[in-house]
Amino acid sequence: MKTKNLTCIVCPLGCELTVTLDGKTVVEVSGNTCPRGKQYAIDECTAPTRTLTSTVRLADSEEMLPVKTASPIPKEALMPAMAALQDVVAHAPVAIGDVVLKNVAATGVDIIATKNVK
Amino acid sequence: MKQVDLVIIGGGPAGMAAAVAARENGLEDILIIERDNALGGILRQCIHNGFGLHRFGEELTGPEYAARYETEVEALGIPYLLNTIVTAITPDRVVTAMNSEDGVFSVQAKAIVLAMGCRERSRGALNIPGNRPAGVYSAGAAQKFVNMKGYLPGRKVVILGSGDIGLIMARRMTLEGAEVQAVCEVMPYSGGLQRNIQQCLKDFDIPLYLSHTVTEIHGKERVTGVTVSKVDEQRRPVAGSEMYFACNTLLLSVGLIPENELTKGADIPLDPITGGALVDESRQTATEGIFACGNVLHVHDLVDYVSEEAALAGKAAADYVLAGAAGDSPRRVIAAGAVRYTVPQTIRRTDKDVTVYFRVGSPCTAATVRVTCGDVELLKKKKPKMAPGEMESVTLKADKLIACSGDITVSVEV
Repeated sequence: MKTKNLTCIVCPLGCELTVTLDGKTVVEVSGNTCPRGKQYAIDECTAPTRTLTSTVRLADSEEMLPVKTASPIPKEALMPAMAALQDVVAHAPVAIGDVVLKNVAATGVDIIATKNVK
Repeated sequence: MKQVDLVIIGGGPAGMAAAVAARENGLEDILIIERDNALGGILRQCIHNGFGLHRFGEELTGPEYAARYETEVEALGIPYLLNTIVTAITPDRVVTAMNSEDGVFSVQAKAIVLAMGCRERSRGALNIPGNRPAGVYSAGAAQKFVNMKGYLPGRKVVILGSGDIGLIMARRMTLEGAEVQAVCEVMPYSGGLQRNIQQCLKDFDIPLYLSHTVTEIHGKERVTGVTVSKVDEQRRPVAGSEMYFACNTLLLSVGLIPENELTKGADIPLDPITGGALVDESRQTATEGIFACGNVLHVHDLVDYVSEEAALAGKAAADYVLAGAAGDSPRRVIAAGAVRYTVPQTIRRTDKDVTVYFRVGSPCTAATVRVTCGDVELLKKKKPKMAPGEMESVTLKADKLIACSGDITVSVEV
């Protein structure tokens, strides 16, 4: 058995979590104030994920279009996902939630717009 | 002169939330004046997530959070002017503004909500020796370049200051292909949220140097490197501790200052600690009919709290226009012990519960928060951990406030 200290990133509260591990199996989580903290600790020790936020080009505009992954993706897929966004060009009109790129970096997760453009 | 019941200066999260609350409380005649080319304020460039957990119960990005309020402003048909800058306000609530279509014009308002937000502390405030090469940006300016314009301001980066904007930009520049070599923080602790230290620095193995600052900027035309030194308890550089980082960009994330030039111009008294106006529990300044909310009042860590505060100010402004002045003579709220400041700084009405927000001056553990009025203890609670970067609050019950008189002291003892 060993313990690991983590900072929960689910919300701005930033709880200090202590995880007790038996090999790769999470035995106990303490320090969390909500169930999402426990889930975060388990995920972080087994398969860490992150929501990626970035931008893509918007045709005929001086401004970029902000986007995000529709759900968290594996941490190691962050850079491949960024590379995949390089060549994406979105076209107005765009609404929040519109899919800008399907199945980014073979994660099964779509990239969606986070801004409305008329 | 044009007459408007309520003029709101600034169309960011505070201005929009104040406008929506004022309309929902029965006020028809409202005008938002925004200097940028769209509503949304700084949220437009804050493309990262983490907004809205308190307000909407879900995690949104900055543009998504702003869009929620923009949609409400549009649905309620609240008028707003874009590309319009307010140049002066007077204590009797004349607002002078200008834009390229109408030129200079004045509006007589029955009430004003100040929602101008804050700006970044600049290099000039830091006294870093060296030339004035290109490549020194405030973190927010770099954020605008990257997130809105699609330009990367540099490829090898050092960041001074570990506030949230500095941390967020460390991650953002890294994702966009820049090499962030270090984040330096003059204080022995980070002013940013713990989650941002994890997901913006540790995730990308970016080192955080606490009690370190930039003591020289090298380069003539463009930054070529920076010297970073350790500092002692008085924040003085320690000789012999210098480290050299080759880089072409230095980002500064060294604090935010409420933007109160208009407020000062109207002789509205400011709190020297917050840099914002002195306000009562309704967020009315010492000048009747002029209210303030959001980062122009005090710098918030979460936009959710900005919206909450702005709704309070918007409602109070509507009540003021529709029902006239209310409240007794002000009772002061005094910050004591480890408490650095409180907002509000005065309480006038005691018929409702009042939430007092405060910050501590340095990190505290096993602290006791006490609120007293003379010999009467209004509230006492224990807090295992408090940090200057995280705003705290206490809610004072109306029945307890009515039962006592005189100044109220909020203290933190460790």
